Amino acid sequence: MTVIAATAPLIEADGLYKSFGDTAAVRGVSLTVRPGEAYGLVGADGAGKTTLMRLLVGALRMDAGHARIDGHDVVTDTERARSRLGYLAQRFSMYGDLTVAENVRFFGASRGVSGDELARRSAYLLQFVGLAGVEDRLAGVLSGGMKQKLGLACALLHQPHVVLLDEPTGGLDPLTRQDFWQLIIRLLADGVAVLVSTPYMDEAVRCTRLGFLHEGTVLREGAPRELTEPLDGRILELVAAPRRTVQAVVRADPDVEDVAAFGERYHVRVRAAAGPLERLPRALAAAGASFTALRTIAPALEDAFIALLAEGRSDRRHGIEL
Amino acid sequence: MFNPRLRAVIRKEFIQIVRDPRTLVLTFAMPVVQLFLLGYAATNDVRNIDLAVVDRDRTAQSRALVASYQAADYFRVRFDADSEAELRDLVDRGRARAGLIIPPGYGRRIVAGETAGVVFVIDGSDPTVASTALAAAQLTGQAEATELTVERLARRGAAAAAMAGPAIDVRTQVWYNPDLVSAYYMVPALIGLILQFLTIILTATAIVRERERGTIEQLIVTPIRPWELVVGKLTPYVVIAFIDMVEILVAGVLLFGVPINGSLPLLLVLAGLFLVTTLGIGLFISTISSTQQEATITAIFFNLPSIFLSGFFFPLAAMPPFLQLLSYAIPLRYFLIIVRGIVLKGVGAAALWPEIVALTVFAVVIMGAAALRFHKRLD
Repeated sequence: MTVIAATAPLIEADGLYKSFGDTAAVRGVSLTVRPGEAYGLVGADGAGKTTLMRLLVGALRMDAGHARIDGHDVVTDTERARSRLGYLAQRFSMYGDLTVAENVRFFGASRGVSGDELARRSAYLLQFVGLAGVEDRLAGVLSGGMKQKLGLACALLHQPHVVLLDEPTGGLDPLTRQDFWQLIIRLLADGVAVLVSTPYMDEAVRCTRLGFLHEGTVLREGAPRELTEPLDGRILELVAAPRRTVQAVVRADPDVEDVAAFGERYHVRVRAAAGPLERLPRALAAAGASFTALRTIAPALEDAFIALLAEGRSDRRHGIEL
Repeated sequence: MFNPRLRAVIRKEFIQIVRDPRTLVLTFAMPVVQLFLLGYAATNDVRNIDLAVVDRDRTAQSRALVASYQAADYFRVRFDADSEAELRDLVDRGRARAGLIIPPGYGRRIVAGETAGVVFVIDGSDPTVASTALAAAQLTGQAEATELTVERLARRGAAAAAMAGPAIDVRTQVWYNPDLVSAYYMVPALIGLILQFLTIILTATAIVRERERGTIEQLIVTPIRPWELVVGKLTPYVVIAFIDMVEILVAGVLLFGVPINGSLPLLLVLAGLFLVTTLGIGLFISTISSTQQEATITAIFFNLPSIFLSGFFFPLAAMPPFLQLLSYAIPLRYFLIIVRGIVLKGVGAAALWPEIVALTVFAVVIMGAAALRFHKRLD
């Protein structure tokens, strides 16, 4: 891998806007990704992650805004911008009726990588992603994880400075997801700028920076730690039952902002921990609930995301446009 | 081929075609199957029409009439019905396509030298069969009548018979074309039809397939130019179309003895011109379809009317003026004139220039419109 020395932003998006008919999918998104940075786009299905990615690779035409890849405008200098990026679409977009080697060869040749160089890059990348030895297998019969790895290998053939990955680990098992992230981290070491979308918060933590995407806008952006910091000391983990009683009792506490269920556990967001820590066990017992544990925990990204969405909702209740 | 991106697309497309052997086999089998069907079946030469006879006369004369119908290959006397009701039932159920009713007293009238009438009933639900049956029935009846006249005259005097005999020659009344002539007409036209069918459907679906399978998303971000993508994807189908064309010509010559009277190179060049229009139509359909099914249906929607409006089966001159006008919008119309002209009449470009000009205009307009609509984008 070539090591990219420059520190100028490799991905720049400014006020991107895209609607389909009456539905605005992306509403004014701006973001910047520098070399060696992994920017994570986090958001629910339909938040606009895929549309944003497609705008950045020029697969969709933006209604407003500008985007540049490695300094090249995506709209006016599309092909040069594309020549600098590698893209892994959410949907498998290799040729299922071509073998692994044939896919690599096709996407290499289309990028101007051929002959000895292609052989070298292809051998290196298939080794890198762990597909060495299955070159002659049809891409369509590979497992989900292998398909994604083939997609990544093909996206990296021309040594792009920018890599866009749209939910690359969607539908993969935890071990394969882990594998895949190791590959992303190795790219970062070479100075590649990575934009990756994911619905999984546990993965998002690995990113250098995150943007919470909701209904087409970035609600908040920052390093994972920055995003959770405001919640330090304000998340309590509660184990108790039954659900209906627990939620009613917890919500009744004056210091409680919100409660979210994570299986049998509850994450209780509070204004300050001291009061609820003292009051809740007693209140739950009084209501006839079975109480097991209550403690302060480090806030997770989920907590930050839920808090953000709640903020958005209360803002809108008060008539404030996000 | 020096352009590596174009070469990559063509190579990929060929691999994909080979990986789908069924489509490939069908692609090459279709012309031969069509050729057989059109050469042997699509002829107006109707034979062995099932005939039911109601003979209420039962005389030597009536049997002679039935025998004369039997003798002409057009009819096969299958049923001997007792009543008109039974005859109607046979025709209704489709077991007989025609009926002959000989009234009582037929033989007596013949012998008496009077005019004897018979009724011939024809099932008109299939007009082709019906018109053939009608003509054949009249011809056979006429022949029998002539024979009877000659006999009567003979009975009156040998001299008169000698005079009357050669005066009427029934054989010259046979009015339809033997099979081979319709094959001559059909085989060259089949080239046009197959080229159009194949290229429109294959092109439309080959491009939509990329969209349907999601591969277009990766293709979009490669630096492959739109024209490289289009030319690269179409090239294999042009090759297939030309192979099919040669296949039809060879089979036409070997199986049906179709003479190729004109210039083969000219035919190939003009077929190339025609292909630009059909590939353009296929490309255009691909830009307005989001699934292969949509593309296939749209292609069929275009292909079927063009069979009828191009003069493939039915002469354009026999159509109502409105449809004749519409036929000018069908590129196949011009190519059929070209291919029939070159193969059957042996004419050259000088005689075909109006069609060549028309096809060129179509090629430019259709390809241009399709190319304008074709973008490397998802929206």
